[in-house]
Amino acid sequence: MNDVLQLFSQYDIPGAFLVNIELTLWSALFSMILGIVLVVMRISPVSSLRTVSAAYVALFQNLPLTIIMVFMVLGAFAQLKLSFSNQFDVNFFWLAVVGLTLYTAAFVCESLRSGINTVPLGQAEAARALGLSFSESAFQIILPQAFRGSVAPLGNTFIALLKNSTVAAAASVATESSSLMSEMIEYHANSIVAIFFIFAMGYVILILPIGALTTFLSNKLAVRR
Amino acid sequence: MSTTKDESSLLFDQPGPRGLRKIRIANWLAGLVFILVIVLILLRLHNPPDGENQLSWELWKPALETEAWTDFYLPGLWMTIKASILAVLGSMIYGFIFGMGRLLPSKIVRTISGVIVEFCRAVPVLMLMIFFWRWFAFSGMSEASYWAVVLSLILYNGSVVAELIRSGVGNLPGGQREASLALGLTQTQALMQIEVPQAIYAMLPAAVTQLIVVLKDTALGSIIMYTDLLQESRRLGSMYFNILQTLVVAAVIYFIVCALLSKLARILPEHMQKRTAATATPVDVEPVAPLAIMDASNVNQIAVAQEVDGNRYGGAPLQHHVHHRGSNASIRQWRHTRYIQGYDETHPESQEEVHNREIPNLWKRKSSETDDDAIDQQNHSTEKS
Repeated sequence: MNDVLQLFSQYDIPGAFLVNIELTLWSALFSMILGIVLVVMRISPVSSLRTVSAAYVALFQNLPLTIIMVFMVLGAFAQLKLSFSNQFDVNFFWLAVVGLTLYTAAFVCESLRSGINTVPLGQAEAARALGLSFSESAFQIILPQAFRGSVAPLGNTFIALLKNSTVAAAASVATESSSLMSEMIEYHANSIVAIFFIFAMGYVILILPIGALTTFLSNKLAVRR
Repeated sequence: MSTTKDESSLLFDQPGPRGLRKIRIANWLAGLVFILVIVLILLRLHNPPDGENQLSWELWKPALETEAWTDFYLPGLWMTIKASILAVLGSMIYGFIFGMGRLLPSKIVRTISGVIVEFCRAVPVLMLMIFFWRWFAFSGMSEASYWAVVLSLILYNGSVVAELIRSGVGNLPGGQREASLALGLTQTQALMQIEVPQAIYAMLPAAVTQLIVVLKDTALGSIIMYTDLLQESRRLGSMYFNILQTLVVAAVIYFIVCALLSKLARILPEHMQKRTAATATPVDVEPVAPLAIMDASNVNQIAVAQEVDGNRYGGAPLQHHVHHRGSNASIRQWRHTRYIQGYDETHPESQEEVHNREIPNLWKRKSSETDDDAIDQQNHSTEKS
């Protein structure tokens, strides 16, 4: 028991989780923006926009996140010299955010699209009958209802994002929780099970409230039809 | 794609001549912008700041040679596929056991399997991998990283499969269970012999998409030194200093394999629908895990979203709809929740839903059935006479 308490004083475990939370929040923000752009492109009357959006989603849904992360560091940073800051850890943090954003945006787009499918045809027909244009009917009638219908899939996407933020280890973010766990196990091989359960419970504690919130919101916001 | 057509026709009318002209102009403009972006990326690749030309054949040649394929990519791909297949088979067995465990009448078994499944789904796969890898390595196991990859993928994906089985049973019409109880089967027998077999057929398409998730997640193994496709392409790239190029080749391989699998996942439901009373829906790639400890209906909301999609234009009409959209209903009480949400069983017209409007289709089937009956009766009567 004392060993475990000593681990807490020796390593900054909450700090590591904080890095994951920061990664998640920034990527959630950016991927939400990119996802909305993609879904508007996907439903627009302009066929080239639709094609590009569909291609983006297909591409990023069929690539492993790990390869995107490795690509950000070894390809985009090391070979193409793409960098955000002169400090190494800040730079890697933002490269990881970019990788997570590119990956998650495809799933956000798909979640929103499944939300659009819950909007009955009559809503769009009524909007058109009232003389609303594409952008008016999309932004005033369809998308607000689609958002409410896609709370559950979006919540799941963001839960997956929080768990995926551990893959930032592949993008050399060394302060993040899975890297810290690996480091701790290396030096305290005897308490390997205790260390694993500390981190695992951390994720359970983080994810349960998000799941509860998702369920609550999706019930509260669902359009009763 | 048919779905894009559906959505675009949902949002705007057939444009007139002016609208068509506008759309054509926007089309060209957008096309130009995208071409410009691609050209900019290529220019950047051609001439990165204080780096070498990434498009030169010197860098691409070692990434595409025959030796690269025979010594690196193909062995790596084999390792990836080997781990994925074993992990999928294992997660089917694991998912079956724990999915059953969550449905059995015994409260203790239900709670224990519930806790295990929820735990395995909440912990990131990478953490499971690192833990098992170190543990196996300390205990002197050979191929520690391989078994770590397989075991952690089984634990995570098996839990997702367990949820799929559970929601598959939940989506079965209540009549299946009631009929089997009425025939004198016990609850466990009804579960084992009637409900779960149908749920398995309903979840097979989802299991194929789960195979895609597994295949993508094996790439995490490269972090714990498993020599999969990604790791091999990194090794090749570090030999010739052309990691960017080898990663692109690896990405193309991953993309092709996953795209083929997702095509299979789209075709499969039509075949499986014949063998089950539940709805065999294709689940999106990476059916992200909802937290069923709070609510089983999360799964079903995704199902509702897809139900409308698949049904709107000439798809096979679903016999049964998900009963508790957006509610906190437990599966066992769906009839009650449906009532308190305003769906009154005794007034069928209150249940009419938009995508259900193509009633002629249903009529046709029914009338042909009754025709058959009528003919049968006629035959009987002629026999009698």
